[in-house]
Amino acid sequence: MRDISTSVPKTDHWEKTAGTAKYVADLAPEGALHALTFRSPIPHGEIRSLVLPDLPEGYASVDARDIPGKNGVHIIQDDMPVFAERTLRYVGEPILLLVGPDKTVLKRLLSAIRLETVPLEPVFDDRRADVWHHYVKGDPDQAFARAKRIIEYEYQTGLQEQAYLEPQGMIAIPEGDKMTLIGSIQCPYYVKNAVVPVLGCTSDKVRVIQPPVGGAFGGKEEFPSLIACQAAVAARKTKRPVRLIYERPEDIEVTTKRHPARIRLRAAIGEGNVVEAIASDIRLDGGAYLGLSNVVLSRSMIATTGAYTVPNVSCSGEVYVTNTVPTGAFRGFGAPQIFFAVEMFFQHLAKDLGEDPLAFKLRHLAKQGDLTATSGTFRDPILVPKMVKRALEMSDYQNKTRRYSGESPYRGLGLSLFFHGCGFTGSGEATIIKAEVQLRKNADDTVDVLIAAVDMGQGAKTTLAKIVAHTLDLPLDRVRFPYPDTDVVPDSGPTVASRTVMIVGGLLEKAAQKLKARWVSGVAVQLTERYQPPEWIKWDEKAFRGDAYPAYSWGVDVVEVSVDPRTYQVKIEGTWSVYDVGKGIDERILEGQADGGMTQGLAYGYMENMEIKQGVLRQRNLTDYIIPTACDCGPYAVEWVENPFVYGPMGAKGAGELTLIGAAPAVAAAIENAIGRRIRKIPATPESLLELIEYGKR
Amino acid sequence: MANVNFVLNHTPVAVEGGLNRRLLDVLRTDFGLKGPKEGCGEGECGACAVLIDHRIVNSCLMPLANCEGKDIVTIEGFSETERFTVLQKAYSECGAVQCGFCTPGMILASESLLHANPHPTEEEVRIGLSGNLCRCTGYNMIVKAVLLAAKEGEGLW
Ligand code: FES
Ligand code: FES
Repeated sequence: MRDISTSVPKTDHWEKTAGTAKYVADLAPEGALHALTFRSPIPHGEIRSLVLPDLPEGYASVDARDIPGKNGVHIIQDDMPVFAERTLRYVGEPILLLVGPDKTVLKRLLSAIRLETVPLEPVFDDRRADVWHHYVKGDPDQAFARAKRIIEYEYQTGLQEQAYLEPQGMIAIPEGDKMTLIGSIQCPYYVKNAVVPVLGCTSDKVRVIQPPVGGAFGGKEEFPSLIACQAAVAARKTKRPVRLIYERPEDIEVTTKRHPARIRLRAAIGEGNVVEAIASDIRLDGGAYLGLSNVVLSRSMIATTGAYTVPNVSCSGEVYVTNTVPTGAFRGFGAPQIFFAVEMFFQHLAKDLGEDPLAFKLRHLAKQGDLTATSGTFRDPILVPKMVKRALEMSDYQNKTRRYSGESPYRGLGLSLFFHGCGFTGSGEATIIKAEVQLRKNADDTVDVLIAAVDMGQGAKTTLAKIVAHTLDLPLDRVRFPYPDTDVVPDSGPTVASRTVMIVGGLLEKAAQKLKARWVSGVAVQLTERYQPPEWIKWDEKAFRGDAYPAYSWGVDVVEVSVDPRTYQVKIEGTWSVYDVGKGIDERILEGQADGGMTQGLAYGYMENMEIKQGVLRQRNLTDYIIPTACDCGPYAVEWVENPFVYGPMGAKGAGELTLIGAAPAVAAAIENAIGRRIRKIPATPESLLELIEYGKR
Repeated sequence: MANVNFVLNHTPVAVEGGLNRRLLDVLRTDFGLKGPKEGCGEGECGACAVLIDHRIVNSCLMPLANCEGKDIVTIEGFSETERFTVLQKAYSECGAVQCGFCTPGMILASESLLHANPHPTEEEVRIGLSGNLCRCTGYNMIVKAVLLAAKEGEGLW
């Protein structure tokens, strides 16, 4: 049999290259109305009065009073209203929709709405903490008391916009008392479970269909639930299909982004320059509503010692609420922030202690059997030393580092070590998600994969079908994986957290093994497989103690940069990465995850800059929120080591987020080494480098 | 109202009035051609790209009035050509397609690039594609695909 890692053409290749794939904006159901959103112009205040212009025949406004059920979007914290009623909490908060047949008319009507507000004092700093956690490992107090030296630094990361190329969009279609939603989404069942309470109907009355999705990166995890609720309310009121499709400026202004973070790390250094304890204080800006922030914070906190073993830990984390656009899921989900901080911290500790950063890091690297920061266990082999060795060879690290070691050579290399905890944090899979998959064997001996996993470009359509075909020894074209429709497929969980291949793929492998045992040619059969947590997973949510993840994927990145001595423009000269994702399900698809993840991660570190002034975003489109073009990227060299995970399908672990996480610290370290000034804040834009070179610490 | 006449995917067409309308809307609404996508509406991303007289043009910035007498090809028209076959195969072999939203524009940018320069260097490919954004890949696999297509399609461009 062929090795599962051998690449195959993607099953949706043709429709995407020939341009026949129909994304949500390409669909226009008979009689559909357009919808535009009227939004808060102020960061904080109350609505005093709102006067609509006369609406022509066929036009309607839709607001909180039209909601048949509850005015709250079910995410994890249900604190975000579908439409603001009285209090306005951020610039861009939705107040009402105008719907009608002609978009130009709608735009005119929208600008004729008269809103009077009573402003309240907005909060933009961290004074309103809304979620707070704390955990301890070992005895940090004693370790600090005994310390030979204590070193402390603060690190900061900025906003990042997912900038999926396809803007958000949702269509709601009412048929009798049934509501169908078609949207650019990652999580069909999240959308369904959000719309049901808002319409106040029973669960069988809401159906969610996923068409091809033009990129998501977390940006279509929870946000689409909001616009699905709005479109559904509008469709219920007007009894017509409603299309709520964003244009780019609106998408940038109001959709969720990566949480900005402020991370304070303090280390107790003992004999032999060993880090005996770390105390950390992690603060994430949640924006106006919490949504998923709690879970994002958990992921940051759990990785507070990065790829290293530190015997004593005291970690506090909080999410603070501000009068700015809500932040939310973004590839990496709290991990890119903490790995930037920890990797830079270890580099800075080494420098302060007069040690070589790489040797210092390797001495502290976690080993199989070590306790994690939350006192769980790294059960599986950790191949990082071997991966580092390979990355150093590939990049010619030692020679180059020597060569660039002058005062300010404007050229430098940086290296990062990192992991990604695969799947939901803690016991989420078992207690919240409870995934279920189905396989249907038809009489013609073809097989349908019935799951709610979404292909948003990462190749799930191909990899998951491939796992089934491979297990059943069938040619790939006999296995179909149709676009998810909640009326047909069970809830296999959201397409998030690098869980799709490992968890959903793992269930499909099991189902396929059972199907194989029952296979009778010409006979139709359908079977269901449900998630069972491995019994060794023990997680205490309250104490933040135990095994936070069933498995960890690991990575090593080396990045080389040059910095223009006059403009401080950074140029990526090359990157070299080695990843351990267990076992690759398709090499080319993995390579694609590496290519895209590295690019987003690098840009997070030095290029993508988004600022909010007095609650208003300074960046309005892709003309001023700059993301990389073909001229900014590559070449990237990537290698994979095999380290099969017993519970993953064919040994696979998660891969989608890992490739982003190490890039920002590696590029920041490279820039630091190139300019001879410490970097503690990303993005390291030319302006910030100028400031560092003039005033920064060596 | 005056007509605007042009050739669309090898067929002469006449579009009535609305001279300020964006070509992108004319294609998507009047002709049902959904291959050109709207990614930004401001000429920055290239998702809406079409070929006008063999050159890559962002249709979101093109007013209908300027289309008079032009030869316009969208991905729907281009996908029937031999050069498309070579390009799409190279895109598949190099893993250049992820979500696919940028792909029609990228393929047309590749065509326009190879039309002007059948034997581009890697640097020239990067510059040629720099008007088209892709957020899923890091472009390296797309660049590889164009170089492969140039080789495999020797003589076609
Ligand atoms: S939509 Fe035309 S360039 Fe982006
Ligand atoms: S493949 Fe998704 S934007 Fe290029």
